[in-house]
Amino acid sequence: MSLTRRRFLEAGTGLVIGFTVAPRLRLSAFAAVAKPPPQPNAFLRIGADESVTVLLAHSEMGQGVWTTLPMLIAEELECELSQIRVEHAPAAPPYAHTGFGMQMTGGSSSTWSEFERYRQVGAMAREMLIRAAAGIWKVAPGSCRAENGHVVHGENRLSFGKLAAAAEKLPTPAKVSLKDPKDWKIIGRPTKRLDSPEKVAGRAQFGLDVRLPGMLTAVVARAPVFGGTLKSFRADRAKAIAGVKSVVQVPSGVAVVAEHFWAAKLGRDALDLEWDLGPGAGLETERMRAEYRATAGTPGARASAAGDVDAGMRTAVKTLEAEYEFPYLAHAPMEPLNCTVRVGEGGCEVWTGTQFQTMEQMTTARIAGVKPEQVKIHTTFLGGGFGRRATPTSDFVSEAVHVAKAVAGTPVKVVWTREDDIRGGYYRPMWLHRVRVGLGSDGFPVAWRQTIVGQSILEGTPFARMMLKGGLDRTSVEGAANSPYVKATANHLVDLHSPKSPIPVLWWRSVGHTHTAFVAETFIDELAHAAGKDPVAYRRRLFDKHARHLGVLNLAVDKAGPPSPGRSRGVAVHESFGSFVAEVADVSVAGGRIRVHRVVCAVDCGVCINPAGVQAQLESGVVYGLTAALYGELTLKAGRVEQSNFHDYPLLRLHEMPAVEVHIVPSTERSGGIGEVGVPPIAPAVANAVFAATGKRLRRLPFRLG
Amino acid sequence: MKLKVNGQDREVSAPHDMPLLWVLRDLLGLTGTKYGCGMAQCGACTVHLDGRAVRSCVLPVSAVAGRAVTTIEGLSQGDLHPVQRAWIEEDVVQCGYCQPGQIMAAAALLAVRPKPTDGEIDAALSANLCRCGTYQRIRAAVRRAAELAGRKP
Repeated sequence: MSLTRRRFLEAGTGLVIGFTVAPRLRLSAFAAVAKPPPQPNAFLRIGADESVTVLLAHSEMGQGVWTTLPMLIAEELECELSQIRVEHAPAAPPYAHTGFGMQMTGGSSSTWSEFERYRQVGAMAREMLIRAAAGIWKVAPGSCRAENGHVVHGENRLSFGKLAAAAEKLPTPAKVSLKDPKDWKIIGRPTKRLDSPEKVAGRAQFGLDVRLPGMLTAVVARAPVFGGTLKSFRADRAKAIAGVKSVVQVPSGVAVVAEHFWAAKLGRDALDLEWDLGPGAGLETERMRAEYRATAGTPGARASAAGDVDAGMRTAVKTLEAEYEFPYLAHAPMEPLNCTVRVGEGGCEVWTGTQFQTMEQMTTARIAGVKPEQVKIHTTFLGGGFGRRATPTSDFVSEAVHVAKAVAGTPVKVVWTREDDIRGGYYRPMWLHRVRVGLGSDGFPVAWRQTIVGQSILEGTPFARMMLKGGLDRTSVEGAANSPYVKATANHLVDLHSPKSPIPVLWWRSVGHTHTAFVAETFIDELAHAAGKDPVAYRRRLFDKHARHLGVLNLAVDKAGPPSPGRSRGVAVHESFGSFVAEVADVSVAGGRIRVHRVVCAVDCGVCINPAGVQAQLESGVVYGLTAALYGELTLKAGRVEQSNFHDYPLLRLHEMPAVEVHIVPSTERSGGIGEVGVPPIAPAVANAVFAATGKRLRRLPFRLG
Repeated sequence: MKLKVNGQDREVSAPHDMPLLWVLRDLLGLTGTKYGCGMAQCGACTVHLDGRAVRSCVLPVSAVAGRAVTTIEGLSQGDLHPVQRAWIEEDVVQCGYCQPGQIMAAAALLAVRPKPTDGEIDAALSANLCRCGTYQRIRAAVRRAAELAGRKP
């Protein structure tokens, strides 16, 4: 268990560096907890034992912040990464996201949002250590330098650990200068992950691994359809199971609390439950598809518009139209959702893998009837997040707090089964796109009309006030409304319908780009063929004002070389989260099955902190996107989700893994995101390759041939 | 019930049909073995039973009485196992949740096939899911582990 904040500060003398940076944007909803900290808050602590401890304001969920953020500090502090220990920060206002104003991990933003702050932390500590040493040696601080965990002046040399106590007494420098990028030794160096040793040994602690004295485990029976409510229940059979301690009703259903998971699960399965299903029982995927199709024929909220689309269409020499469909998807992180809570006298403690510390803290405080600062959030490693552990409703945390409140004083861990996870909602929404494009005599678009239908993720959340403008959820149209193809078309209109449904939806790795990139990149391929042009050359022409799109396209195509015999090729390029990615997929189709052999990626993510991490995230994005393209689909019948576990919601397996190559464009531009950006281009690249192989256009995910 | 886990004799009081996974995790505190699906679909719960990789989430504890159970915690005594070293050198892990199961599956493969072919690696590791998509590195790490183990005197 990582140290709590109090223990951290009590852990002996040493240099503690912390400060707050005013966020550029602050959500009014969080004003209550966003007041100045009662004491300086630590991002970095240097101990007399030479330890350098970095506190992460972001959650490690596989994307590599456990390594990247310490790299930023080490670069300025002048120490080796091997000297650094890493911990998740507690939930506290100073750790608020520098851009979003609440403590959170998401939107592929951890690196760019901390690029200044973490380097400044390292530089401040370095300056204080230098001043401490200069004071001891009675020399000018300017004549000393820091290197490899020491301060040096001529023959004089003192380690950071020996200087920590003296440095601690010095005032924090008001302003520090950061290194010139040409002097970087760590930033830009491929660096292996710092969390590997504990993860390969099985020692890394995930939420599910939390064990506390006297802790009980709960499994919850939830409504079988979305929006259903409990009418009545009988727990006699559940209580008869050995190990079951109590059965409690909570707003989301009925929790069986037991000595261990197995008893809790058997107890949950033995409950006799009667539900009031409500209108959710009428949900049918096929009917919803038909409704979406009908809706697409009516005008929606305007996301992007220019010129006169009807007039443009009239001048077209050729018109193409297509409809695209995307299913609901579960995030399915390998670690099922879980949360451990102790509601005690005067406060609560929460142990969980979360992407949304501030949300969880506020929600817990409200349910437990305490102040937010009386709620301690212990962030564990996340066994995958992908957006599912960033719920504006705090669904899995709030439920656990309700259960813990019912057994107050006793810590209780609420565990979701895999079935609970797959059927529990908070899905990537189902989407339908209708696109109609008119081509001019030169073969390029003169009119572009695109209608998007799908549930809003932001609607009804605390983010709505800030991010939902004029009925338009930007996350629904990102990648479409700002597509370089759309923008290059003089007459265009992209509009949006956001139907309401009891099915909870959520951001799923790369959010809107999961569907908008597919439509843009497969339809542009289709337009190129209709115009009798090479799809790569066609894109190059449309990217004449988009140098970074063009750069990654050229690099990927160049590195891919000619395809091997028997392989068909598809290409896709997409910008998301401030980064640009092109993917070239080499595919074969045999016996009705699509086999992806090789994927060459080129990425321009601006200043690249850790090339090894960038490579890993691109590989990861390819697999995540390929799983959705080949397999991912949730369907509802009579309101029930038909899939339940990995046998009917399959993931890509090792024998299907293509060879993935990653090439990084050298860049001095501002850093973009990396965790999500590999996902959007893979499905369209593969679909375009399948067209090259078979002549068949794939317009519905997951792909079905024949 | 008497169990032999990581070379130690352990006594547990558990229903006979309780899966080994939950006995390890909730009764013995060995949380390195993970729960992912509960139906032998994902391999996160992989442990060794008499040296062979098995799915502990569907294995009733009564079936392992008297047999040698090895978990990620007991894979190596002292130094890291060559598979764990290879995993670090190839920078395999991301979220890391599935990796104890992957490592146990790889170690069981290498115990019987010290120089596995690519096809054998694919066949042995395809039962283990990784949502972060570290498969390419897993393949490389298994090959490297075979090398590391071969170099040992």
